[in-house]
Amino acid sequence: MKKLVSFFVAGLLLVSGCGAATLEGENTNTDTAVEEKDASELVVGVSVSTLSNPFFVSLEEGIQNLADENDTEIRAVDAQDDSAKQINDIDDLIQQGVDILLINPVDSSAITPAVESANTAGIPVIMMDRSSDSGDVVTLIASDNIAGGEMAAEYIKEISGEQAKTVQLEGVPGASATRERGEGFLNIAEVSLDVLDSQTANFDRAEGLTVMENLLQAHSDIQAVFAQNDEMALGAIEAIESAGLSDEIQVVGFDGTEDGVNAVKDGRLSATIAQQPEEMGKLSLQAAYDFFAGEDVPAKIDSPLELVTE
Amino acid sequence: MKNEVENIQIGKKKFEYKELVTKLGPLLALIVLVIFVTFLNPSFISATNLLNLLRQVSTNALIAFGMTFVIITGGIDLSVGSTLALSSALTAGMIVSGLDPVLAMIVGVGIGFVLGAVNGLLITKGKMAPFIATLATMTIFRGLTLVLTDGKPITGIGDSFIFKFMGRGYLFGIPFPVVLTLVCFAVLFMLLHKMTFGRKTFAIGGNEKAAYIAGIKSDRIKVMIYAISGMMASISGIIITSRLNSAQPTAGTSYEMDAIASVVLGGTSLSGGRGRIVGTLIGALIIGTLNNGLNLLGVSSFYQQVVKGIVIIIAVLIDRKK
Repeated sequence: MKKLVSFFVAGLLLVSGCGAATLEGENTNTDTAVEEKDASELVVGVSVSTLSNPFFVSLEEGIQNLADENDTEIRAVDAQDDSAKQINDIDDLIQQGVDILLINPVDSSAITPAVESANTAGIPVIMMDRSSDSGDVVTLIASDNIAGGEMAAEYIKEISGEQAKTVQLEGVPGASATRERGEGFLNIAEVSLDVLDSQTANFDRAEGLTVMENLLQAHSDIQAVFAQNDEMALGAIEAIESAGLSDEIQVVGFDGTEDGVNAVKDGRLSATIAQQPEEMGKLSLQAAYDFFAGEDVPAKIDSPLELVTE
Repeated sequence: MKNEVENIQIGKKKFEYKELVTKLGPLLALIVLVIFVTFLNPSFISATNLLNLLRQVSTNALIAFGMTFVIITGGIDLSVGSTLALSSALTAGMIVSGLDPVLAMIVGVGIGFVLGAVNGLLITKGKMAPFIATLATMTIFRGLTLVLTDGKPITGIGDSFIFKFMGRGYLFGIPFPVVLTLVCFAVLFMLLHKMTFGRKTFAIGGNEKAAYIAGIKSDRIKVMIYAISGMMASISGIIITSRLNSAQPTAGTSYEMDAIASVVLGGTSLSGGRGRIVGTLIGALIIGTLNNGLNLLGVSSFYQQVVKGIVIIIAVLIDRKK
């Protein structure tokens, strides 16, 4: 056994000396000219993070529906929220020689080796909902969180009036959704609302409840709440209801989750800014069509948001 | 003590014909599967895809090798996926905080060894059933990983050539994870089939009391075996961390299932005492070929899970018939 180990080590040293040891993605394909292709000729590889989440099921449906209309062949794989499985799946798609990859990554950093292998193989990549930390991508299709934050502030102004006393529940500090939703909200709110306080509840329902309780103690005259996701909004509603202030305080959430939309229907939540995953899927495949039609595709495409009020 | 061990060996000789069937069965299944997939999609058999496939198989194969020892003793290790995640997070954490990547990887593998030994101690000294002990440590190790990483991936591991090489390197055109898997296979094959450690492993699985009376320190062997299982999981974890360029807190979730399936497909008996590591390698290749092949054939991921389960049931049914 010792012999084996020493043989292996000696072999490794020898090999690294000879330059036989190489890394993947080192020799990138320099061929950048796009061969124009019709939608019906395209084979599109689709890798989504998980089909256990209704959001991503709708995303895939959006792609599939548009593909059916145009006779495009779709090869879809499901990463089941496992980053390692996802890069293996994408290797398999590259192996099948798909023309383009639509990727909704489990994680923005873990997906980079897969994007780089696609680059090496000369296969263009379109990212959906989440970006890739490195590698070349054609475009990113994601909801415009800034516009969503602005929509929320506009709606609060509409229902609670100009200069309504508002508090904001923020998401996980530093997360892109937190930054962008907050930025959009403040763009409008700083001018036309009176923002009393803004605190983090980490996108979490239970934290939304406790943070809201604290805010109700600190400010007796709150008229409206903007929660950066539906989970926190639902937590805040619990706090508001047990304080008996449901009639005085309007709550607006974000995401349009099933729970969130149901709460809007029940009249507990005033509104939610809903993402439209199906539309996101359609836009992604459309971007692929545009790319192969030789048209310019912008580096970021906004997926539309919808204000759900009833 | 020698006599007892030899008796067990002699006892096995009588079943040589059956052994032959056990040996060839999994290989035959693999060959049929490969022909089947190739027939439906010829690109399966291309060199690049086969290297792809071998690299995909390597992470599961490494875990399954360790699992083979555990299952031969009649035990089970459910904690491998969590061990993988915890050692991977710790290794990545050490590299990010400035430790030399090579040293960090060695410590990482050592951590896997220690975590495995903890399982072994719970099972031997604590007299816990392996299923329960490793079920508990599975959630403990996963929980610790989440605590340590705050539920977020650890990134910014830097660009040490050796670290990148572990998961993304090629040696003479062969992916390094494949080379590493073959080396581990060779070492563990010797350990299981050519050394006293392996004979003792079989003896414990065949009849633990008899092994004990024969003077085998079964506790010590078992702790070592679970430690090896943990170590193999952490080696697999390093490959995954390198491939993903980050340590994921959810890495390795449910990997124990593929590992156990590979061992069983390879003809190792879950009741212990009988098994071969070559079979496990073939079992891992069968699982890998299913994953890769079904992807190439464009089978939906939902059906893939159904097919994988059915293959496992068929394998065990055939095994029962013998």
